Amino acid sequence: MDTDLSLAGLATGLRERSFSSVELTAALLAQIAERNPQLNAFITVTADEALQQAAAADAALAGGASSALCGIPLAYKDIFCTRGVRTTCGSRMLEEFIAPYDATATARLAAAGAVMLGKTNMDEFAMGSSNENSHFGAVANPWDDTRVPGGSSGGSACAVAAGLAPAALGTDTGGSIRQPAAFCGVSGLKPTYGRVSRYGMVAFASSLDQAGVFARSAADIATVLPHMAGFDPLDSTSSEHEDPWLDACTTQPLGTARSGRIGLPKQYFRDLGVTEASLQSACRVLEASGFELVDVSLPHVDAAIPCYYIIAGAEASTNLSRYDGVRFGHRCDNPQSLEDLYRRSRSEGFGAEVKRRILTGTYALSVGYYDAYYLKAQKIRRLIQQDFLAAFADVDLIIAPTTPDIAFKRGDLVDDPVAMYQQDIYTIPASLAGLPAMSIPCGTHRGLPLGLQLIGPHFAEKRLLETAASFQQQTDWHQQRPGQNPQAADSGSET
Amino acid sequence: MADIDIQHLANLAQLELSQQEISVVGEDLQRIMIMVDQMQAIDTSNVEPLAHPLDARQRLRPDQITETIERDLYQQGAPATADGLYLVPRVVE
Repeated sequence: MDTDLSLAGLATGLRERSFSSVELTAALLAQIAERNPQLNAFITVTADEALQQAAAADAALAGGASSALCGIPLAYKDIFCTRGVRTTCGSRMLEEFIAPYDATATARLAAAGAVMLGKTNMDEFAMGSSNENSHFGAVANPWDDTRVPGGSSGGSACAVAAGLAPAALGTDTGGSIRQPAAFCGVSGLKPTYGRVSRYGMVAFASSLDQAGVFARSAADIATVLPHMAGFDPLDSTSSEHEDPWLDACTTQPLGTARSGRIGLPKQYFRDLGVTEASLQSACRVLEASGFELVDVSLPHVDAAIPCYYIIAGAEASTNLSRYDGVRFGHRCDNPQSLEDLYRRSRSEGFGAEVKRRILTGTYALSVGYYDAYYLKAQKIRRLIQQDFLAAFADVDLIIAPTTPDIAFKRGDLVDDPVAMYQQDIYTIPASLAGLPAMSIPCGTHRGLPLGLQLIGPHFAEKRLLETAASFQQQTDWHQQRPGQNPQAADSGSET
Repeated sequence: MADIDIQHLANLAQLELSQQEISVVGEDLQRIMIMVDQMQAIDTSNVEPLAHPLDARQRLRPDQITETIERDLYQQGAPATADGLYLVPRVVE
């Protein structure tokens, strides 16, 4: 059967009984079994549970279930707690951890009838930009298995790009949805901070973490998002912002935007590097669609990476203090004292990058350095947010590259953390400001995908998705698949 | 920039690092902090720190019982328990 359909196409197929959810799920599980040994996109495949959930969805569909997600198989980043199913967060620390409860985001999707295919690979505790920091091994980029898929949600991006799942959940702290979406040639949305509950999402940096969606189009993302978003009393930072559009998305197809002002940050557009050709051609497509392009300035954006690595490190060092070898997670053998238990359990359970971030954060928060680093970073975070708010007084959206280059080779940056951190240069500013942002495929370089990033004001997901949908009506970059005539890819373009 | 005392940070963070790890992490942290020091060039006088991207306040809820503790379930994932208690090495002789 053809599993490479849009979510709307799959939902129609299920409703018209062209295929059942059990057949669809079984077909995807067969592809996962065939491809995962090479791609390593999944840490855990929940085949039995998936087929049971699919059978239940088929019964619900026969009874007239109305949810567009009923019977649709999805993959979840292994950062979402799933009751009774191992939740590792890519770490040895949680290798044996069976979550005793469900994350709100995945519980809501389950209630809408979605089927869980399994838990996808990721950088340990979501710390990384290449998926090489996973205790369960690196993930391959399906376009070129010598290259990284991006990170930290690399497994989810890989699964969607390789056709192993029609959509997948990820989380984004500094770019962990957008960057792998760009590297793997799929669409990925990081919603506004607080839009999706963090309850049951293993915490990395709590003032930045946000769950979002990977899919093959903006329209598909709009099908999933409303079923997981919205206020949750179990998350103290969940937003109470109400949005009738989001509810309407569950019953109506996504519209397309045809007008508006789009800002081009001059700090980015003066040197686009290898993304120049695809970004400029994306600009022409948007102009031809009716958008007006204007220059904007984000004067403090150069300080975003240092600001981010202090704030995220500080929050990580605090959040990860819970892993003590006592209540859950890895415990060392034969601890000689309580302190020995803490130290060896943590040292054995955490990988090198996690330790590096904990130590960076500990340093930034330590006596004598708090003002110079942590407080300074929080003030710069305010300036960066003010830059965006000032720009949004003049424009409806901002565009930027998602990444400085195509996916890099596996192993190229593992020994240079600072060079690795520079990969996040375009994605971190929106994270610091709590803004919704997405990446959509906008071209290729040497046959590998590049992403266009759309950044909107707080809670402007509708504008982002409708603008992306408009772009995807005019172009076919999002329809290109890995392994299909890669030589011709650079010349593929507007339809 | 002054040398960073990695052993002191590891003690604060309850991590045990080998001599080799201390040397590698020391070099990494020096490079990271040199990158981070770009921040010092920015004038942040009279700027309020931003702790929450939407400047939200901590929400309070009514003081009502909304869930029950499932101790047995939660302790299934614990490395060592007995009689509902978590076991750790003896702290007091």
